[in-house]
Amino acid sequence: MSAKKEELRIGFYVCHCGHNIASMVDCVAVARSVEKLPGVALARDYKYMCSDPGQVLIQQDIREHKLNRIVVASCSPLLHEHTFRGATEAGGLNPFYFHMVNIREHDSWVHTDRQEATEKAKALAEAAIRRVAHHKALEIKKVPIHPDVLVVGGGIAGIHAAMTLANAGKKVYLVEREPSIGGHMAKFDKTFPTLDCAACILTPKMSEVGSHPNITLWTYSDVTKVDGYVGNYTVQVKRKARYIIEDLCTGCQDCIPNCVFKEPKFTDDFNEGLGKRKPVYIPFPQATPQVVVIDPEVCLNFKRGKNPDGSPIVSDKCKKTCVEACGEKNAIDFTQKDELKEIKVGNIIVCTGFKTFDAGRVPAYGYGTYKNVYTSLEIERLVNASGPTGGEVILREGKNPDGSPKTPKSIGIIHCVGSRDKKTNIWCSRVCCMYSMKLAHLLKEHTDAELYNFYIDMRTPGKGYEEFYNKLLEEGTHFIRGRVGEVTDWAMTPEEEGKLVIRVEDTLAGVVRRIPVDMVVLATGLEPQADAGDVRRLFNMSCGGDGWFLERHPKLAPVNTFTDGVFLAGCCQGPKDIPDTVAQAGAAAAEAMVLIDRGYVEQEPNTAFILDQECSGCKSCIPLCPYTAILFDEERKKAYINEALCKGCGTCVGACPSSSIVQNLFEDSEIFSEIEGVLSYD
Amino acid sequence: MSKPKVAFYWCASCGGCEETVVDLAEDILGVVEKVDIVLWPVAMDFKYKDVAALPDKSIFATLLNGAIRMSEQEELAVLLRRKSQYLIAYGACAQLGGIPALANQFSREQVLKFNYEDCPALANEAKTRPQAQFTEAGRTPHLSQLHHVVRTLDQVVDVDFYIPGCPPTPNLTKAAFEALLSGKLPPKGAVLAPDIALCDECERKATKPTDVAFTEFKRPHQGLWDSGKCFLAQGVVCMGPATRSGCGAACTSGNMPCTGCFGPTSRVRDQGAKMLSSLCSNVAAKDVAGIQQALAGIPDPVGTFYRYGLAKSLLRRRVDLPA
Repeated sequence: MSAKKEELRIGFYVCHCGHNIASMVDCVAVARSVEKLPGVALARDYKYMCSDPGQVLIQQDIREHKLNRIVVASCSPLLHEHTFRGATEAGGLNPFYFHMVNIREHDSWVHTDRQEATEKAKALAEAAIRRVAHHKALEIKKVPIHPDVLVVGGGIAGIHAAMTLANAGKKVYLVEREPSIGGHMAKFDKTFPTLDCAACILTPKMSEVGSHPNITLWTYSDVTKVDGYVGNYTVQVKRKARYIIEDLCTGCQDCIPNCVFKEPKFTDDFNEGLGKRKPVYIPFPQATPQVVVIDPEVCLNFKRGKNPDGSPIVSDKCKKTCVEACGEKNAIDFTQKDELKEIKVGNIIVCTGFKTFDAGRVPAYGYGTYKNVYTSLEIERLVNASGPTGGEVILREGKNPDGSPKTPKSIGIIHCVGSRDKKTNIWCSRVCCMYSMKLAHLLKEHTDAELYNFYIDMRTPGKGYEEFYNKLLEEGTHFIRGRVGEVTDWAMTPEEEGKLVIRVEDTLAGVVRRIPVDMVVLATGLEPQADAGDVRRLFNMSCGGDGWFLERHPKLAPVNTFTDGVFLAGCCQGPKDIPDTVAQAGAAAAEAMVLIDRGYVEQEPNTAFILDQECSGCKSCIPLCPYTAILFDEERKKAYINEALCKGCGTCVGACPSSSIVQNLFEDSEIFSEIEGVLSYD
Repeated sequence: MSKPKVAFYWCASCGGCEETVVDLAEDILGVVEKVDIVLWPVAMDFKYKDVAALPDKSIFATLLNGAIRMSEQEELAVLLRRKSQYLIAYGACAQLGGIPALANQFSREQVLKFNYEDCPALANEAKTRPQAQFTEAGRTPHLSQLHHVVRTLDQVVDVDFYIPGCPPTPNLTKAAFEALLSGKLPPKGAVLAPDIALCDECERKATKPTDVAFTEFKRPHQGLWDSGKCFLAQGVVCMGPATRSGCGAACTSGNMPCTGCFGPTSRVRDQGAKMLSSLCSNVAAKDVAGIQQALAGIPDPVGTFYRYGLAKSLLRRRVDLPA
């Protein structure tokens, strides 16, 4: 108690911030006003408090005038709280004996009357002077970081982030929900603007991931639970039963031709439904890992319903020729169950990607009605040498007189389907202009058809992109500027018979045109994954109104989230092309490495704690904590806060009905004295 | 050696607090044995002038119940403060304002007009209102006047201790006497009851789920309540989490929710605001319509959350009138 009686000696500094503050606030008058307040030992005004001389001034004054509290009235604490806490500490005081007043963003920048702005600065300063008297010495805690990293999603972002970390010697868990990594990029034929073969550049990376000693690759798996905090996450992963023992499967694929189904007859999702597969399958030739999967929904062995625990009942009717083919390898196990794994990691990189817009949501374009209307991703598979047609572009509907499938003679590509549209998605999906031109080029190469691109604006802002556009112009592809009104099979002229007619206002020519084509390609936009909301909650991230995961700062912290130790890369954060995705994945890996190599995280001491004696155990606080930092001790019937998880949001403090939760730096005495300070100034 | 002098006085109150003193039953004999009662208007006849004639600080302790509503109450509070070593705010009205302080939602004029003119059960065609003084049969009596606001005792005079409750329980009263007479007193300003919320001693505590997630609120008369289950879990507003314990959870034991008469813990400035903050944070709905639907079950928020604490709360009258 006696130490508390130490005489209060507050040092007050008001910053001019050049003209930013001084032009609207009379800084000298503020200093003279504060000087008279009780407990204030000295009050100064200075041109730039954040400059080296400004900080040295604080340190000198602490020593020479025996100051024990520091208040600086300047800009936002976001900018310089750290700076001034540092100066306070360098002067020999606990950094939390410092308090900052924002008289720039909160005052000089938002007012037009110099007299009133000055009075407001005085009031805000008085509030801080009263508050700082109640400040306590606090300690920054250091928490060690677990060096392993979880990467969620095995598309190009996840692959690149995992490889970067693994090559730096970090242990990585890469979790992918599909049977193979590769993501959307594995489905592409070529990449713009260089026309590199997507598989040629991606699959070597995929197999590197599969064999890297530092990467634990879990495909066909879901993250089901995340607990903990930066540096110390405990993650539960569900490894879905693929009915194949991964370690025993050699990838020989002998089981596939020997399946009792002689012909593939089930929808092949990897080929966008354009091809068929068997119940036992491998998604695509270069799949990683090279392990087959059995689909329990269609395999005859699972036709007898389910056990009470949800696992399938194995039938005795199927001849199990696949098991015979597998032979001594014994890799097929129909009794396999989902398995839950628990891992500990320090950092998490979320690369869960996107889904493409459902073209059926724009009925006027006829997707699902007219068979020869395709999505861009279907075309990617159609032009792909390992696709369902072996790279031959043939129409779904219509045959040549000799009965062979028809090749399109004219093709229309409609841009911005599900992008830049108030009715669907407002955003530009960024990649569609470029991939539409790439597809135009490839389709022309494959079919020599007449190609029409219907665009609103041509957006080609990447390296080499405008050049690619010029190349397409020279190739003779037609570009028609205008949003397409509809696609119809209603012919108005003989040459429109049997064709799909694209009705569009050509805004450059100023006429409405009807263009008959054999094939329509819809350049579908990018959307957040259907389960993005669940993923967001799982990893405690935020999202924008559009559903894309939110970065901490759009410019200065683009791969960080608001949860420390959780980073973003790729399209889950917003539409982007492969170069940007890879750059972001590298950045996320680097951010994770910053924490791993430093070895610890510093924790702001503005955390809340429960007054154990006073807690009545009413549990009001527990469901409110956004960081699940509050737990209930069933034995003692009291709540307690895991300090390492607490982010200092104050929700529980406000909600505790008996005020038995206290938050450092925001104690009632501090807040009430601050309020009284503002109100008492007149 | 003469016995310590004790006074009991009542201001704006219902008489329930006096009842508690009587409820000490045979224990009251032990109290009476040890003290001399110099003023107890509810039970015995004393004259104010006799109290005024006592030397200052000659009363050991005064237990004053009721809020300060009338000018006479203020005069007596000031007088008893002067004459007493210890002035104790006894019961919710003296401590927090209590039920009478709900009148602070209205102006004095509104209160008088309703009670002497608009009240449907009234027969006062002349609309006569009480006067400060009037002359009848050659005499001019002076009547006590209604203040603009109802105040707690400590908003009028300095108070040494508080005994909470509407009314305080005999146990707390007895314990307070024992502490006073033995001289084992806590620091000045203390409330003589535990400083932990009611849930601590409520038998239903274990049945409160971690996430109550209110979808609707019901008032006590709108249902038959499970006598073993937390009221909040049943959607009934129970002030227990925001109210000091010490009553032995009397109401919840009798299958009625806590209404908050023991007031907040020492750490809380505004009991009603605290309970509101806690309750509203736990409403399940996240959209305006859903929230409004849930809150429609609380038609009288002031009467629910500030039933006893309005005078002591941070809320002020719309018109800033003098006391």
